[in-house]
Amino acid sequence: MRKRNWYGRLGLVLTVLMVGFAGVGMFWTPYEPTAMVGADKYAAPSLAHPFGCDQLGRDILSRTMEGAGSTLMIALAVLAIGFVAGLLIGAFCGYYGGVVDALVMRLSDALAAFPSILLALVVLAVIGPGKYNVIGALGILFIPSFARLVRGEFLKYRDRDFVRSARLMGVPNGRILFVHILPNTWPTLLSGLTIGFNNAVLAEASMSYLSIGVTAPDVSLGRMLNEAQGVWSTAPWCMLCPALVVVLTILGVSMLGEGLRERMAA
Amino acid sequence: MTKTLVKRVLLLLATLLLVTILAFVAFSIIPGDPTSSMLGVEATPEQIAALRDRLGLDLPIWQRYLHWLGGLLTGDLGESYNYGMPVAQLLATCVTHTLTLAVLAFVLIVVIALPLGLVAARYEGGVVDRVLTILNQITMSVPNFVAGILLVYVFGLVLRLFQPGAIVSPQTGWGPYLWYMLFPALAVALPRSAMTVKMLRGAILSELGQDYIRTAYSKGNSKSSALWRHVLRNAMIPVVTFLAMTVADIMAGSIVVEQVFGIPGLGKMLVTSIGNRDYPVVQAIVVLIATVVVVCNFAADLLYRVMDPRLRGR
Amino acid sequence: MMLQIQHLKIAFPHPKGHFEAVKDFSLSVEEGQVIGIVGESGSGKSMTAHAIMGLLDRKSVQVSGSIRFEGVELLDLTRTQMRSYQGKDLSIIFQEPMTSLNPTMKIGPQVEEALRIHTKMSAKERKARALEAMALAGLPNPEQLYPQYPHQLSGGMRQRVMIAAALVLRPKLLIADEPTTALDVTIQAQILDTLKEINRKEGIAILFISHDLGVIRALCHHVVVMQQGEIVEAGDVEQVFHHPQKAYTQRLIASRPTRTKLKAGGSHG
Repeated sequence: MRKRNWYGRLGLVLTVLMVGFAGVGMFWTPYEPTAMVGADKYAAPSLAHPFGCDQLGRDILSRTMEGAGSTLMIALAVLAIGFVAGLLIGAFCGYYGGVVDALVMRLSDALAAFPSILLALVVLAVIGPGKYNVIGALGILFIPSFARLVRGEFLKYRDRDFVRSARLMGVPNGRILFVHILPNTWPTLLSGLTIGFNNAVLAEASMSYLSIGVTAPDVSLGRMLNEAQGVWSTAPWCMLCPALVVVLTILGVSMLGEGLRERMAA
Repeated sequence: MTKTLVKRVLLLLATLLLVTILAFVAFSIIPGDPTSSMLGVEATPEQIAALRDRLGLDLPIWQRYLHWLGGLLTGDLGESYNYGMPVAQLLATCVTHTLTLAVLAFVLIVVIALPLGLVAARYEGGVVDRVLTILNQITMSVPNFVAGILLVYVFGLVLRLFQPGAIVSPQTGWGPYLWYMLFPALAVALPRSAMTVKMLRGAILSELGQDYIRTAYSKGNSKSSALWRHVLRNAMIPVVTFLAMTVADIMAGSIVVEQVFGIPGLGKMLVTSIGNRDYPVVQAIVVLIATVVVVCNFAADLLYRVMDPRLRGR
Repeated sequence: MMLQIQHLKIAFPHPKGHFEAVKDFSLSVEEGQVIGIVGESGSGKSMTAHAIMGLLDRKSVQVSGSIRFEGVELLDLTRTQMRSYQGKDLSIIFQEPMTSLNPTMKIGPQVEEALRIHTKMSAKERKARALEAMALAGLPNPEQLYPQYPHQLSGGMRQRVMIAAALVLRPKLLIADEPTTALDVTIQAQILDTLKEINRKEGIAILFISHDLGVIRALCHHVVVMQQGEIVEAGDVEQVFHHPQKAYTQRLIASRPTRTKLKAGGSHG
């Protein structure tokens, strides 16, 4: 029991720290992220620049903060699209069932045959790269998995007594779905959201790393890692900060999700 | 069993057909004309018309699809807009690289994860288990390409165990080729290995709590023999399914990791071709990768049925 | 005296202090005897059975008192030493025939597993002995059942497989922990007949645990009545059945399922 709390709490602390780091990065950074200082080209980590400077003399910490902010924003937007659409579709399918449900589930099975990053790459190949296209592509791709999760939950509660009695009392279906059933599903959906968040961070970072996601002038953690790889023999510190932020964010959120799941199981 | 098999095979074929339709349609609705990128802006209308005719771009979409599908089945994947050569020829060496990488990564996952999962479950709650759990959680959080970057830096640039960016072809011999593929495969395998360890540990622990384990102990089995003779086979059933799902992940991981290590495989070709808007190549790669994933899932489904006697007769 | 239990006490750690499942339990079993333990669920009877078999988790469960088998104090044995009794001199069958067999292992190897662990018999000898035990446990066509999987058998058949596996080394004591509770009444009667026959033919002592005094009466010579971890009544089974001393025992008799009550009620008077 103690171990469980320890796990989830550490996850929560780490998540808050990383989200705070990214959140602050949206509004304030120690240096101007795009300011190039000739004298600081390839500057190694120092007190002034704790994570060093890149090939153009830009402060890595400031760029990472801005990049993390942009990654966070993208991940949240992706989650919002995927979750809201997935919730509506999943709730409908799970509650009513029938032909539509069967069709939607078959389609989501077929989509699951493609690795998600492959699908995202294909969509971006069609609509072109860029921040908003990444959000759109990933958002749509995240719908099936959320729909599946929500569907399972609604299916579970569909025939419970409290739902039946609400139906007998003449409560409208929309109200049953979102006022009676939805609150019960929060714990599961919340842990699903933590997994989704991590997948979104991972997908955005991977795509931007492949230069198919976020494009200049927007900064993102994936793009920074891509650029850092070009200079890693001269300035290996360029990759340290963005890599650390990606890993710690995913670590924190997954531990938080784990903690949530364990708490549900208890 | 035969009936199920027939049903499964039909389902497999239907899924593959759907995959080809999705891949084809997605690239047919793109606005813009591939001929302009192939011929440049100074092309005459006659040249464009001739090329459109040669590529069959003026036919209705379903005819083009059938034509493309027919080619796909006979190994004719079309012609690359960018390289002006048959896609099949272009992809031949890429496929070798990517398949080797994927198979090696899969082997690594099995070799790393199975013993660790077993040890963690056998000594549940002990020091080894706790250290493994923490290491696992951290490894799971390192994306493939970050793991790749770290591996290249540490083993390539600092320790100089391999030369980053150098391309080794399979003709050089199996030894050097596998060595070349080892680190990229490790980058693909590490995060998934961690997940597999967690999965296997959970599966074993849940089996250890079953009634038939109590029966096994009552006959005089030690914990180890109960684990080997009774638990493992039952615990492997969900793990096999999980490993099959891993194939999709390995293919996705390869796309990114090839970029990190500069391996000229399918992933690198895919990224390059997306940049060049070379759609015949993109289509072919998408269909290839999806086919590998679908066929592996099919194989896993069969294996699952063979391993679980309760499902055999059905 | 083959088995002698004295002042057995079984305690679990519990959020609120510590929970005593068995408080003070004493019992003796002679060779070839059939003894019943009866009590409600939670009275500690299954716990006692698991303690005799050495199946309780040593880390979390505290067992004190004495369990002597042929003069050896079982509670003092190491886990490895205890294993040489499990499945050899002491055997057990459980309440849940549906889940007590390994779903991915064929029937035959499960029946002969104790032979593989405790003897150096060849595969052929093991199989012959397994088929013999299966026949003794009342399984029709043992040869045909040998290569089948548990899911292909009914609950009653699976319980017979469990009995065959428990008998394969001719144990001195068979503990039957509510073996018929999950089965329907006709199957229950057949299994009881089989156990009776095993006791008669092979001279194997049986410790039969049930919440149903009627079932115990059909099989046992002596009975011990347990309530909340303590013995409330003990003695000859007919004596206890016809003249229960405690209100608790009367309740156990009265709460029996109607069908058996009607049958037993006729002889009662």
